[in-house]
Amino acid sequence: MSEIEYHAVAKTNEIMEEDVKGVFVGDEEIAVYNVEGEYFATHGVCTHENVGLADGFVEGDLIECPLHSACFEIKTGKAVNPPAEIDLKTYPVKVEGDTIYVGIEK
Amino acid sequence: MSDDRTFVIIGASQAGGWVAQTLRNEGFEGKVILIGEEPYLPYERPPLSKAALLGEVTVDSTYFWQADALKEADIEVRLNTRVTAIDRDAKEIETDGGERITYDKLAITTGARVRKLPIEGADLPGVFYLRTMEDTLAIREAVKDGTTAMIVGGGWIGLECAATLTKLGCKSIVVEAADRLCGRAVTPEISDWMLNFHTGHDVDVRLSTGIEKFEGDGKLERAVLPGGDSIDCSIAVVGIGVIPNVELAQDAGLDIDNGIVVDERACTSDPVIVAAGDVTNHPNDLLGRRIRLESYENAQNQGITAGKAMLGTAEPYSEIPWFWSDQFDANLQMIGLPQDWDETATRGDVAANEFVTFYLKDGVIDGAISVNNPRDLRVGKRLMQGKKPVSAAELEDPETKMQALLKR
Repeated sequence: MSEIEYHAVAKTNEIMEEDVKGVFVGDEEIAVYNVEGEYFATHGVCTHENVGLADGFVEGDLIECPLHSACFEIKTGKAVNPPAEIDLKTYPVKVEGDTIYVGIEK
Repeated sequence: MSDDRTFVIIGASQAGGWVAQTLRNEGFEGKVILIGEEPYLPYERPPLSKAALLGEVTVDSTYFWQADALKEADIEVRLNTRVTAIDRDAKEIETDGGERITYDKLAITTGARVRKLPIEGADLPGVFYLRTMEDTLAIREAVKDGTTAMIVGGGWIGLECAATLTKLGCKSIVVEAADRLCGRAVTPEISDWMLNFHTGHDVDVRLSTGIEKFEGDGKLERAVLPGGDSIDCSIAVVGIGVIPNVELAQDAGLDIDNGIVVDERACTSDPVIVAAGDVTNHPNDLLGRRIRLESYENAQNQGITAGKAMLGTAEPYSEIPWFWSDQFDANLQMIGLPQDWDETATRGDVAANEFVTFYLKDGVIDGAISVNNPRDLRVGKRLMQGKKPVSAAELEDPETKMQALLKR
């Protein structure tokens, strides 16, 4: 089992409800979401083509890719709408005070 | 195999690939045969004028499904094969190899082909069109740094091509017969923006003109303009529109009217034949009229509908048309096919190349075009889908949260 290391990526007030912010942890591009006050994180690049999901559109608990309209479940990373067929990687998230932390395998 | 039926798809295109994939996704266990004229598996066309022309992506990476995935789905793909006839009475198709294949159901996803430029010299080596992977590879092969590239047609393909060839070090000259760019697709204001944008990126745009003839000794050397002026150029790319490939369907007696006529479930006038993609003329409930679309999204989603229709499970297909284009560092997106509108509302900064213009009719959004602002356009699409009342003033107000308009 690899160890998870948490990294501070954003303040809670930087991501409104039904919104997304793109962050980097090292070279890893990550999209952090606010779904009804709860924060989630997925890999930040659409699995269909190399497009940042931070420019995408959050609706409910779905993120829609800005380029081809592929949709993923934010909480599970599941690809729910073509053209994407591969699920997004998800990351554990914790909030301490007003800081959002994303857990990355060491 | 519990199902002994054979479903045949003519056209190994984006639409055809989605028909095949959908049949499997929906649990069809019969035989699926996907037939294509080109030597490639179904591939994405958008990169052809962009990343593939730049040489940033490989041919394989443009495939929607790699060969092993198609094999795993048990989709029998026949490439380099042209279907020459459909015999509806016998429920058979005939290929250029003389083979006859019997179908229980048939899908036609033959797409469109480029309109040829009817001028002298248009057949000279060095004069290209851009529709297929072969076209892109051939243009790439011919491009040399410093080449002057004559682009005929200032529509989406011409402008994307001008941008990409400029990036490759060519001097791009665009000639457009109309008095503005992309005139069939966008409003005069957006045409003006495009002209400024391309001119600002060193593209030489010439409106209200065309090419009289191409000349050269065995290959393209110059383009002669009306009036006799000539411009030395070693390549030309012609992008003056496409023609739907309806001939097979027409010869088989299916209803044709600017495309193969299908209903909202992609069914043709023959109950066992469906059609999808650029080749269809289909009803769009949201727009209240019949349309033929040349778009990525339609090829995909109407393809999925057609696949389901072959299994009898299709829901009516009707979506707001959506297109995109990438030119230099600008991502343009468009929704709807606005024809007449009461007013427009522009949100963002046109001079900074980051804005969206909405077209309003009777107090609701009837279409929009965005430049480097896909998110506001997305919300606009949902506002349009929901026919939500909005005012031009609130759309233009930077203080307005677009998402909030959805929730009223």
